[in-house]
Amino acid sequence: MSAATAAAPRPAPASGRQARRGGHPLAGTYPLLRFALRRDRVRLPVWIGALTLTTVGTLSSFTTQYPDAADRRAAAGTMDSPAGLAMTGPGHYLDDYGHGAMMGHQMLGFVLVMVGLMSVLTVTRHTRTEEETGRAELVRAAAVGRHAQLTAALCAAALANAALGLLLAVGLGASGAEGVTWGGSLLYGAAHTAVGLVFAAVAGITAQVSQFSRGASGMALAAIGAAYALRAAGDVGNATLSWLSPIGWAQRTYVYVDDRWWPLLPALALAAAATAVAYRLSTRRDVGAGLRATRPGRPAASRALTHPLGFAVRLHRGTATGFGAGLLLLGMMYGSILGDAADMVEDIPELRDALREIGGASVTESFASTVMIVLAVVAAVYVVMAALRPQSEETSGRAEPLLATGLSRTRWAGTHLAVAMAGGTALLALSGLGFGAAGAAATGDGGLFLDLLLAPLAYAPALWVTVGVTAVLFGWLPRATAAAWALPVYAFVVGYLGTVLGFPDWTGDLSPFGYVPRLPAEEMRWTPVVALTALAAALVAFGLAGFRRRDLDTK
Amino acid sequence: MTKATTALSVSGLTKSFGRTRALDGLDLSVATGEVHGFLGPNGAGKSTTLRVLLGLLRADSGTATLLGGDPWHDAVALHRRLAYVPGDVELWPNLTGGEAIDLLARLRGGLDRRRRAELLERFDLDPTKKGRTYSKGNRQKVAIVAALASDAELLLLDEPTAGLDPLMEVVFQDVIQQAKDAGRTVLLSSHILAQVEKLCDRVSIVRLGRVVQSGTLGELRHLTRTTVEAETDRPVTGLEEIDGVHHVRRTDGRVHFAVDGPQLDRALRLLLDSGVRGLVSHPPTLEELMLRHYGDVLDAGGVTVDDGDVVGGTGTTPASGTPR
Repeated sequence: MSAATAAAPRPAPASGRQARRGGHPLAGTYPLLRFALRRDRVRLPVWIGALTLTTVGTLSSFTTQYPDAADRRAAAGTMDSPAGLAMTGPGHYLDDYGHGAMMGHQMLGFVLVMVGLMSVLTVTRHTRTEEETGRAELVRAAAVGRHAQLTAALCAAALANAALGLLLAVGLGASGAEGVTWGGSLLYGAAHTAVGLVFAAVAGITAQVSQFSRGASGMALAAIGAAYALRAAGDVGNATLSWLSPIGWAQRTYVYVDDRWWPLLPALALAAAATAVAYRLSTRRDVGAGLRATRPGRPAASRALTHPLGFAVRLHRGTATGFGAGLLLLGMMYGSILGDAADMVEDIPELRDALREIGGASVTESFASTVMIVLAVVAAVYVVMAALRPQSEETSGRAEPLLATGLSRTRWAGTHLAVAMAGGTALLALSGLGFGAAGAAATGDGGLFLDLLLAPLAYAPALWVTVGVTAVLFGWLPRATAAAWALPVYAFVVGYLGTVLGFPDWTGDLSPFGYVPRLPAEEMRWTPVVALTALAAALVAFGLAGFRRRDLDTK
Repeated sequence: MTKATTALSVSGLTKSFGRTRALDGLDLSVATGEVHGFLGPNGAGKSTTLRVLLGLLRADSGTATLLGGDPWHDAVALHRRLAYVPGDVELWPNLTGGEAIDLLARLRGGLDRRRRAELLERFDLDPTKKGRTYSKGNRQKVAIVAALASDAELLLLDEPTAGLDPLMEVVFQDVIQQAKDAGRTVLLSSHILAQVEKLCDRVSIVRLGRVVQSGTLGELRHLTRTTVEAETDRPVTGLEEIDGVHHVRRTDGRVHFAVDGPQLDRALRLLLDSGVRGLVSHPPTLEELMLRHYGDVLDAGGVTVDDGDVVGGTGTTPASGTPR
């Protein structure tokens, strides 16, 4: 990339459309980059603005919530547990817990995941999605070099990340909060840019590997998830694991505490290496093809496939399997640090007593019940995706021929919703299996296995309500179905960040997830479970009634 | 038509999408066992009509009866007796063409294995390829095979051959002819006049959401008129006197006119007498028809359907100025 830019012919400023000869691999990059930025002129500013405002807003809430050092020491005390560290960042920040250190500890890791998401979606949108839809063919048929599209996509992501880094540095630096220096703020912003570049480059690779944009972004998102899981495991247990994660590197700059710049170097090196790999891979394949060749499939359908339910299962299988593997691993990851949680508490009697006072439950139990929220939110993300499947089938025109057969609308949409509900429940069970098995092994307490295996299932009715809400939107307000994402996002913000940031209790009552008994720290309560199940059934029935009444969205 | 039973009938159908009026009082009637051409330019309302007949869309007003049932309320029961080929076939990326065919046909109620194999062979379709990798023409073939491999009484085909090459177009015509011989009813929407001419017993011409004319091809003789363009040694005289020659235009040494079938012989003799040096003849294109007989498609903003040059209303009036 760097060597090539020097040799690239400068695009003529006024007549950029002029065909340029010579077939340089980067020919046309500049107009493509401008085109990408034009297409994302709303999307990227919204991402950047939202992340900047969240970060700066959190800093200001820290300054009002923890005005003096004693408050912050108390906050550091509650953070200094395996659960706290797994959810936030390495413990070294706690030694000097100023407002800046709180940002580096509590916000950095979370926002970096979002930055990764922004980078991955941007790169995939301008590379593999373009190829999958066939638009890339049109573009490549013009005077455009073979590397131009990938370069333009990476440049667009790089610009977005640079802009975000700069805005964060200015926004935080100008806040004048205690312990928030200009130098530290610059590093804080730069950490976002560096990690964003890493995941943009990773998406550059996955866009070459998979033939489908869904697969490409899925693989890259898995990399983000792995990076977050590694740092969580490393910050609680073996620190080496954190050093395998780009998010871990950024957190180990110890911004506002030590202000170390050098941990960003491996991030930049990895971004450069991954970019080089992406270019290398892109030369080994045809336009529109992936690195994985497609094989001929079955010439005829199996009996199961031609049943509406079997067919729905087939459509959902890939996504469900991916989430299942992810949740099993996530459960095992959290389960394996459960032992450390118990050990750490044994060493610190004050902490043990403090936590006992809070929930009336053991540290292990309160940690486990916090983990449940994370597992349930991940399952909720799947459930929303699955419940929105009928809509993507409908708008893509694939539902039309099906609904012109002997398949009724209720049955068609109903099978998809049933698969979403059953799939979400199975995902909870899988996460519980991983959590229970690893947790029982780590603590040496075999009795935990069954408790931890069953605890996530308490969230199943909340998932069903999520399906129900999505079904109502699909049936009555198909243009507003994106609003369904509010459920998992809200559940995450309130259930996970709310615990860390200390939100008021009523915020939990606005979400179905807030009514679920927090097993295993709390006792099982059946009333909310039954009520949520009944609500879910009513919502699904209402949603299907709406779908039966409305026009099909046809092309 | 002599058939007593009606496979489908539609009257006064209207449907709007926001401010766009897709159907504006559309009437249509197809008898059992008939192959009916549904002819009109893109955006005339053909697809919308078919989707209303399938119960995928709900009409704003008007009535529709399909195989004796109501297309909205009896949708599922009716769908078991009909097969549909959409104009723009989308397939599931990870399902093979063969799987998609079986899925659609079995959800409809059944599949004739032997017929499926025969159709795959005739349409030269590889059923082991994934939906993602099919071209537009091949996706279209998947839907056609799925529709024809089942024993549906009624076939609703929405521009089914869009994307097929001429060779496959011939196969398609042959297969539809077989369906017709087997006594099935076919509603074939198309914007290709030649296709409709080869296959259909009756034709309805739709424009701006209404049927402007409906009848047998014989009744709509202006559809089968031949357009002739000739270059002659001497100016051709007497063409205008022939009953059935229309729109004569002369430009330096060339003559351009349209002629009804029975009068073609007389008109050509006149040309021969004038020394023919070049001759081109072709059936009228849909564009020509729309421009000449149904008002200008291009000035749809200002001119209504029933303006002076237009054959008025719905019905089976022959074309203007050509009484039998």
